[in-house]
Amino acid sequence: MDTNQIKVMPSPSDLMPDDFRKIGTDEKEAEVIARESISAWRDAWQRLCANKMAMTALIILGIIVLAAIFGPVISEWVHGYNYYSNDLLNTNQPPSAEHWFGTDDLGRDMFVRTWRGAQISLIVGLAAACIDLLIGVIYGGTMGYFGGRVDEIMNKFSEILYSIPYLLVTILLLVVMEPSLGTIILALTITGWINMSWIVRGEIMQLKNREFVLASRSMGAGSGRLLFRHLLPNAVGPIIVTVTLSVPNAIFSEAFLSFLGLGVQAPIASLGSMINDALTGWLYYPWRMLFPAAVISLTMLCFNIFGDGLRDALDPKLKK
Amino acid sequence: MEPILQVKDLQVSFQVKGGEVKAVRGMNFEVGKGETIAIVGESGSGKSVTAQTIMRLIPSPPSIIKQGEIIFKGEDLLKKTEKQMEAIRGKDIGMIFQDPMTSLNPTIKVGKQITEVLIKHQKMSAAEANKQALEMLKLVGIKNAEARFNQYPHEFSGGMRQRVMIAIALACRPALLIADEPTTALDVTIQAQIMDVMKDMQERLGTSIILITHDLGVVAGMCDRVIVMYAGEVVETGTKWEIFKNPQHPYTKGLLRSMPRLDQKKGEPLIPIIGTPPDLIKPPVGCPFAARCDHAMKICERIDPGATEFSDTHTARCWELHPMAKEGNSQ
Amino acid sequence: MVRYIANKFFYMLVSLFILISATFFLMKAIPGDPFTSEKKVPPAIQERLYEQYGLDKPVYQQYIKYLGDVVQGDFGISMKKINQDVSDIIGQTFSASLKLGLVAIVVAVIVGVLLGMVAALYHRKLIDNIAMVVAVLGIAVPSFVIASLLQYVFASKLHWLPTMGFKGPIYYVLPVAALTAQPIAFIARLTRSSMLEVLNADYIKTAKAKGLGWMAILFRHVIRNGIMPVVTYLGPMTANIVTGSVVIEQIFGIGGIGKQFVEAISTRDYPIIMGITIFYGILLMLARFITDIAYVFVDPRIKLSGKKEG
Repeated sequence: MDTNQIKVMPSPSDLMPDDFRKIGTDEKEAEVIARESISAWRDAWQRLCANKMAMTALIILGIIVLAAIFGPVISEWVHGYNYYSNDLLNTNQPPSAEHWFGTDDLGRDMFVRTWRGAQISLIVGLAAACIDLLIGVIYGGTMGYFGGRVDEIMNKFSEILYSIPYLLVTILLLVVMEPSLGTIILALTITGWINMSWIVRGEIMQLKNREFVLASRSMGAGSGRLLFRHLLPNAVGPIIVTVTLSVPNAIFSEAFLSFLGLGVQAPIASLGSMINDALTGWLYYPWRMLFPAAVISLTMLCFNIFGDGLRDALDPKLKK
Repeated sequence: MEPILQVKDLQVSFQVKGGEVKAVRGMNFEVGKGETIAIVGESGSGKSVTAQTIMRLIPSPPSIIKQGEIIFKGEDLLKKTEKQMEAIRGKDIGMIFQDPMTSLNPTIKVGKQITEVLIKHQKMSAAEANKQALEMLKLVGIKNAEARFNQYPHEFSGGMRQRVMIAIALACRPALLIADEPTTALDVTIQAQIMDVMKDMQERLGTSIILITHDLGVVAGMCDRVIVMYAGEVVETGTKWEIFKNPQHPYTKGLLRSMPRLDQKKGEPLIPIIGTPPDLIKPPVGCPFAARCDHAMKICERIDPGATEFSDTHTARCWELHPMAKEGNSQ
Repeated sequence: MVRYIANKFFYMLVSLFILISATFFLMKAIPGDPFTSEKKVPPAIQERLYEQYGLDKPVYQQYIKYLGDVVQGDFGISMKKINQDVSDIIGQTFSASLKLGLVAIVVAVIVGVLLGMVAALYHRKLIDNIAMVVAVLGIAVPSFVIASLLQYVFASKLHWLPTMGFKGPIYYVLPVAALTAQPIAFIARLTRSSMLEVLNADYIKTAKAKGLGWMAILFRHVIRNGIMPVVTYLGPMTANIVTGSVVIEQIFGIGGIGKQFVEAISTRDYPIIMGITIFYGILLMLARFITDIAYVFVDPRIKLSGKKEG
């Protein structure tokens, strides 16, 4: 290289030779690990906690559940009546100190009945979601795990079942069977599990070909171990989200059926049947509709918001 | 050579939660007519941001162009309105992107995606545009172009789609083509074909090309000059031969050492550059490469070095090139 | 293409067959028969009734006869409304339901897509947040609650709109609003997330690099790809609106099929329940079938392979 040609860089004039002493590796700042590593679950949990909407929804849900459990008990203890004790001298009373939510056309206390109804609605929603979960995981897991011919046939079957409008099937079933809590839950789950099974199937199919599963398989892990130790735990996120979002669906369906007179039978009330009962005189006695309607809407709203928050927390990729 | 594009002291930042990421920290370069220059660097070095800033394609916010000028055909692109930029994009400057699988609209026929740009800029009738687009498809080497014209992107392979992208970018015969990692997502054999198409089109149309890449192998094949970027700065620039035969900056040397060569002696290992680039929210005061550099000196951590010029075309920014560096270490 | 459609059509027929069979056998499974629950009927008359309704034949013969009748559009005779054909009842009440349903579908799609698009274009701005709060409310609040509230506020208190009936355009407002709240919310969310995805897609960058203007990009590249998922929702939405109308017709006193259905359920008029169930089933499966076909035309990727790819 021709040294004369080189134009030296501009630099400060007070440079000392010591400035040009080489520094060893030990003098350099050691590489710092920026963040402590945290597990995926704690990460998701932290994201969920940071989501104010979702946390508010969770707290409201907690309050509703507590009120549904203890509301009727407290009222019976304080005022001495339960959800079917009627007082024909005090029908259709507006809210008062005695009857916090007013009374209905048979003089029954709306406060007790609303929370009792919330109990029923929650039981229906949760039970239906749990049964959907159970059937969906087994059916979907089988489809996803075995794939091929098994998957093809099982999937076709679920597709055909799914293409039959489910509320019609549910209505038919309830027309035939005596409506009760059990039959309603049964009718709701008869096709409700299909969606869950598809979610599970999709997840399992994706996971099945991932390296850690192949590794485990190559080390001789059996089907059961693969499915329960490796595949399902990794599919838990979408499953939880689906369950959370299927609860309000079941609650809505129950309310809808009650509306058709196919829900739980008197004197037991669900929120849906109370709204239906209130409908006839609702322009004159709005409180009979407002309280159950508010509770059912709030419950569904909170489940939906919490479910959305859960999905965002578990799958940050999806969050825009 | 008369420059068609001059980038002067370009600084671009991104507003993020933790502060401001200074992605490009004072870029200077120019592109001559018909010339091909390569901007080389690791991901995150700011090369794509530079390319997209020239096209004014990075969304703002979150990006902020802090200062600088981009002079294209005598006018500063950074002072143009969005409407004026629309008249330049696709007409005077064409661009192709990294992933041909997602760069074409899946629901529009390939031919129409080419005619769209012709109708917009050349004010052609649909029939003229169709004819011209078909011509372009043939030029970029798509066989059976007439039939292909009415197909959808999903009926094309990755390499074919990138050819279509080239046809779109060059349809209006722009003076400048910016190719942002055009071959990264493709198979090695296809890569060479795409580079050939670009070279061929350049010869026909006399287009200047800015080739953004992290692959020095691609550079060797088709570029005239190379700009090596690190942490948002140009660390070395020179003609292809100056960079390959006589690299001056330790980072450039490192890049070359980590690349397999045909003349490599048997058993000679490829040496990776250890470590990761600095956090550009708080860029180091000294040389950004100091933390990963084997030759780092005390001064490197304190002051960012200026440019040492080896020829009209070859400059590098490293304290080791300072006359005092030899004295300091010989003691 | 033809194979794809034929395939979908075949599965629709299978589903329909299953629904009809299920309906028939479920009705047969009801303990006793429709006439035992009535007032004591002299045995001779009961036998005549059995003969008239074909109940004296073995079940499989009744089944085959029922299938044949259904294919010809004959759903039998109402048990409670003397001498009324079920298909006549459906025919008479269908027009009201159809009008309500069609208006609801059109309104839901237009409003939902617009809301979702606006939310996506003003992503993370106030208007986006408002739209999404409205959407969550629409999904969470049951349609009959919305219906009752609307009726209370706009009809009973403000007297702006009629409470009941179905006599002119003004009567559509409240039922359609109640019926479409949920579909609108769904479509808005669907459109928003898909539009956001499209807006960030590489091919939008390509379109910008071509020098296309904002409007050209929006209309030529964003909207078509952005509303594609909405097309898949059309089938389920129809189902949603049809089932929703059952309740809404009841609340607003609209003499449609839904109202008949509710009445039939409460009086246990089995032929009508069966007839309307099957009729709804046909309607909804057709809607789904049309959706499947429509999707082929919107998304070119589906055409050749029958499956979505790349």
